[in-house]
Amino acid sequence: MSHDTQIKKEPSNLSSKQFRTDSPLIDQIPGRKRQILRESPESELKMEEFLLNVGPQHPSTHGVLRLVVALEGEVIKRCDPDLGYLHRTFEKISESRSYQQIVPFTDRMDYLGSMNANWGVAVAVEKLAKIEVPERAEYLRVIVSELNRIASHLMWMGAFGADIGAVTAFLYGFRERELILDMFEEICGSRLTYGYIRVGGVAEDITPKFDKLVREFLDILPAKLEDYHNLITGNPIFLERTRGVGAITLEEAISYGVTGPMLKACGMPWDLRKEEPYSVYPKFDFDIPVYYNGDCFDRFRVRMDEMVESAKIVIQALDGLPEGDYKVKKLARNIKPPVGDVYVRQEAPRGEYGVYMESDGSTKPNRVKYRTPSFSNLSILPLMTVGWKIADLVAILGSVDIVLGDVDR
Amino acid sequence: MAVSVKNITVPRGKNWVDNTYIIPVIKGLIITLRHMFKKPIVLYYPENKKVLPPNYRGLHMLTRDEQGREKCVACEMCSTACPADCIRIVANDSGDVWKDNFENREKHPIVFEIDELRCIFCGMCVEACPEDAIDMTDMHNLADYTRQDFIYDKERLLGVYDEYIKRHPDHAKRRDGEFKAMKNSSYFSVVSVENAKKPGGH
Repeated sequence: MSHDTQIKKEPSNLSSKQFRTDSPLIDQIPGRKRQILRESPESELKMEEFLLNVGPQHPSTHGVLRLVVALEGEVIKRCDPDLGYLHRTFEKISESRSYQQIVPFTDRMDYLGSMNANWGVAVAVEKLAKIEVPERAEYLRVIVSELNRIASHLMWMGAFGADIGAVTAFLYGFRERELILDMFEEICGSRLTYGYIRVGGVAEDITPKFDKLVREFLDILPAKLEDYHNLITGNPIFLERTRGVGAITLEEAISYGVTGPMLKACGMPWDLRKEEPYSVYPKFDFDIPVYYNGDCFDRFRVRMDEMVESAKIVIQALDGLPEGDYKVKKLARNIKPPVGDVYVRQEAPRGEYGVYMESDGSTKPNRVKYRTPSFSNLSILPLMTVGWKIADLVAILGSVDIVLGDVDR
Repeated sequence: MAVSVKNITVPRGKNWVDNTYIIPVIKGLIITLRHMFKKPIVLYYPENKKVLPPNYRGLHMLTRDEQGREKCVACEMCSTACPADCIRIVANDSGDVWKDNFENREKHPIVFEIDELRCIFCGMCVEACPEDAIDMTDMHNLADYTRQDFIYDKERLLGVYDEYIKRHPDHAKRRDGEFKAMKNSSYFSVVSVENAKKPGGH
């Protein structure tokens, strides 16, 4: 038995001219609009569209994101994200610091995938200055960034579950993420802002205890994932909230520059670890999960499968970890790369993370630009939400997996 | 602007039992209720505190040598390495005045200030220090009333060291060979709990 619900297009008295279509939606917050509409007496009766302000302080916006949503009844007509509440000028800060000093600031951009954020900058500087990194350091970088991917997806799974209404998933996701944070605390002394991957290697070598913690975690991970699948994936309430919701086609996704799990959910196995293999990734055997519907549920499934693949990479890297140095022995305190520019891109937990860096031969970069995945992925939100109900907005926004530090930089 | 029409197929179960969500709810409860019989993973903070690893990047300290003098030689390596510009050092020649106390040093800090609100706790000052004079502790719950109170001067940073060394008497220097051995010892175990009693009534 299946039944179809249709969002019908009602003939509306509300014409578009009552809104100043030339101005952005942001200007028309309800209070101000009432003033505008009061000037014409007839429009007061025909008022149907409702502007709703979601955020900037709202638990389901995952940070300080403001969404101005135009509603007709419960149905979203337009959704306009308002960004910039967490803008901290990281590109400018990077241009006024020496090359090694940039790394700790990138922790604060994508604070759930700090290892990848550090890595992109480190590789950009290494390419500019032609620094050769020891192989052990590359292995360690792969290990920590894949663990970070698992932690990020676990955190996302919890937050997404909490958005939908499954608070248990939130607790379970954080419980397992805690184990990964313990590992990172062991090797770099910090739980969120790691600063572990440095120019020329990593900050500290791993300890036997780290090795033990990782193996213990990877042992229990499959059982935990099965728990999540039983709890969430098979749950019909969850399926009804996510299946088919916020679906986008592959063409739309590509034209908006969407990357990462959102693109894989649309049916494109685009992963920079395979497409443009960097570091020691070609040595490992792993798959790229792909689903074809492009909806919230498929994004969920891609991320759940990515955790399994990341775990496969971690165990292979840990078993094949070569002996040697974990960082370049002699590195100048102030690196002076030759004049030139470089663009480095990597597969972060949220998608393609790119660093453009331009050197003018001095100790500081002339220009730094970060291409962050959350920003591009968020740009398709207005398209995804049109025609869905306001309750679905939370599910759709949650499935994008935005980190506002990453969006605003 | 009109709303575009979308056809939504709402997934439905095969029979009425599926549509009542009784079985999924029971399935979920089985998973969650199983956790009642497992050991709780939470700590009763602040009664019980997690033991942090020795390389934890918390509040700074200025270490002392065997005679209780600060090790700092005011080389300003840390303030140069600092990405956040939070360290201020005013050096003084260890001339006649300091000769008795600091025989082998050319310079000596008369002002050493760290603005802990500016600090981003990256640990680069610790790595830059050639004398192991600056180090980081496991103190992370800083609280004070004014911004001025967060500017730690030399005396306060030395005081942090005194306090830290009382709690961790075997805290060796970070880059010593024994550091790693200590790190893997049971004393700095991540999972061990200082005060294992479980307070009632929580």
